[in-house]
Amino acid sequence: MSISSCLIKVHRVSKRYVHGQNTTIALDEVSFEVAEGDVYGIIGLSGAGKSTLIRCLAGLITPTSGEIVFQGEDVATMKKKALRRFRRKVGMIFQHFNLLSSRTAAGNIAYPLEIAGVDAQEIEKTVDELLHLVGLAHKKDVYPIHLSGGEKQRIGIARALAHRPTVLLCDEATSALDPKTTREVLSLLKNLRKKMGITIVVITHEMTVVKQICTKVAVMEHGKIIEQGSVSSIFSDPQHITTKQLLEHTSHEIPPEFIQKALPHRKLLRLRFKGKAAGEPLVSELVQKFHVHANILLGWIDRLDKVSVGTLIIELTGSPEGVAGALDYLTKHEVHYEVITDE
Amino acid sequence: MNSENISLALQLLPLQLWNTLYMVVAAAFFAVALGLPLGVILTITSKGHIKEHIHIYRVLEVIVNIGRSFPFAILMVALIPLTRWIVGTSLGTTASIVPLTIAAAPFFARLVETHLKAVDRLILEAVTVMGSSTWQIVVKVLLPETLPSLVSAITLMVVNLIGYSAMAGLVGGGGLGQVAIQYGYNQFNVFIMVTTVVLLIMIVQLAQWIGKVIVEAILKKRGGCIHD
Repeated sequence: MSISSCLIKVHRVSKRYVHGQNTTIALDEVSFEVAEGDVYGIIGLSGAGKSTLIRCLAGLITPTSGEIVFQGEDVATMKKKALRRFRRKVGMIFQHFNLLSSRTAAGNIAYPLEIAGVDAQEIEKTVDELLHLVGLAHKKDVYPIHLSGGEKQRIGIARALAHRPTVLLCDEATSALDPKTTREVLSLLKNLRKKMGITIVVITHEMTVVKQICTKVAVMEHGKIIEQGSVSSIFSDPQHITTKQLLEHTSHEIPPEFIQKALPHRKLLRLRFKGKAAGEPLVSELVQKFHVHANILLGWIDRLDKVSVGTLIIELTGSPEGVAGALDYLTKHEVHYEVITDE
Repeated sequence: MNSENISLALQLLPLQLWNTLYMVVAAAFFAVALGLPLGVILTITSKGHIKEHIHIYRVLEVIVNIGRSFPFAILMVALIPLTRWIVGTSLGTTASIVPLTIAAAPFFARLVETHLKAVDRLILEAVTVMGSSTWQIVVKVLLPETLPSLVSAITLMVVNLIGYSAMAGLVGGGGLGQVAIQYGYNQFNVFIMVTTVVLLIMIVQLAQWIGKVIVEAILKKRGGCIHD
């Protein structure tokens, strides 16, 4: 096999559901590639088609058309046995954990090994290792009902990793958890990726999740991917309105009285700096060169997969020519700006 | 009450109590052996389940519905040829086991189906993604996950069987039902009648108590709460 880092190739995948006269298009010509070692985020609001997509990736749903190629093999055309073999290369974690209530924490982790016919001694050893890995060795014999949400998801992660999968699929894995537990689970995933070199595909509706662990992201809406790329580029320069809306959820809020304010020639701007631009004193240069007033309302820096992206909300006032020149200047210096209000 | 009645009771009741228990336990065993696989197949072949197969499901459903719509007294008579073929006679306790089993199995299958269907689809999805075969899902997931409910279902079936077994006694099936009809009804022996009824009540209570203890033990181990 050639040295290709591409692990999963999704090519023009569509899924249509027919109910009598009506056809619902859950996925519409979706294409993207996941490379080995990626943490690939697929974000969208509910109903965007994310769950259908991840179910196709897991081989639970067969696409109506298109192909999903995993390590050179098309998942959609796999026969029963090949599909079962494929599934053992894939681990999956879920929003509601889906642990078996009839088994202890250890029993749940043992399940995938048992069904694969691993011998009992080997199972016990692996289960103990995994319990240590997720920091729950002391909960070995506890039944799921006595575990907290975060603990259940850790057991879910251990179970998903038991058969040493190549890919870990995360289906809204932190959506049922509080923010603190979410951070803990995400940092666990981050560590596991480092330790085990596993590729992760994350489905979520929360930008904070993408921000915290993803390297690449695809934004979905109405069954289509509307934007995709590295997390830092999408965050610093979102093109699509939906992406911008999703990003706003993670931003700090601007007090409403600052958004509408009757001043002549006033523009409220959101500036995004990335890389070199972040190091230059652009705002003070604007003020000096174009005789405008720049009032800084908000500012923060996001650290996204080793790249820092700075965001600044400023209020720009001055002569029409001055303001226009200032905007021009920003574009020249590769600062992405967005006009929030314009009077 | 006189000593004659007491000695009659002592002579009749232990043997017939034993006969009733024998019929109920044997019929319960065979009904589970038939009804459990039937319930499992009904579940997994139903729409949207792991082995959806609409034709198998429909056929089995019709069989179960027919089995359940027969009043027991009629079923017993209708099954006489089958009983003769299997046991060699249609009289006596062993012969009664056949109609009792046939009456209880479809009922039990329905209970099994109801409980197995309560297992969350998402759990089934999770174990499917892990690469489970259908057999593994049934044996390692569906049955263990619903074990407390299945035990309750067996208890319910046993209680029904106790009632049916008394009915079997009316037509020569032996057991406490036969005592009640012969001595209590035909000879107006109130003492024997009352004693028989008390024994039947005690067996039902005992069956329910055993069922409850088992269910509670399982739930306690799994840390769940007890629902009545």
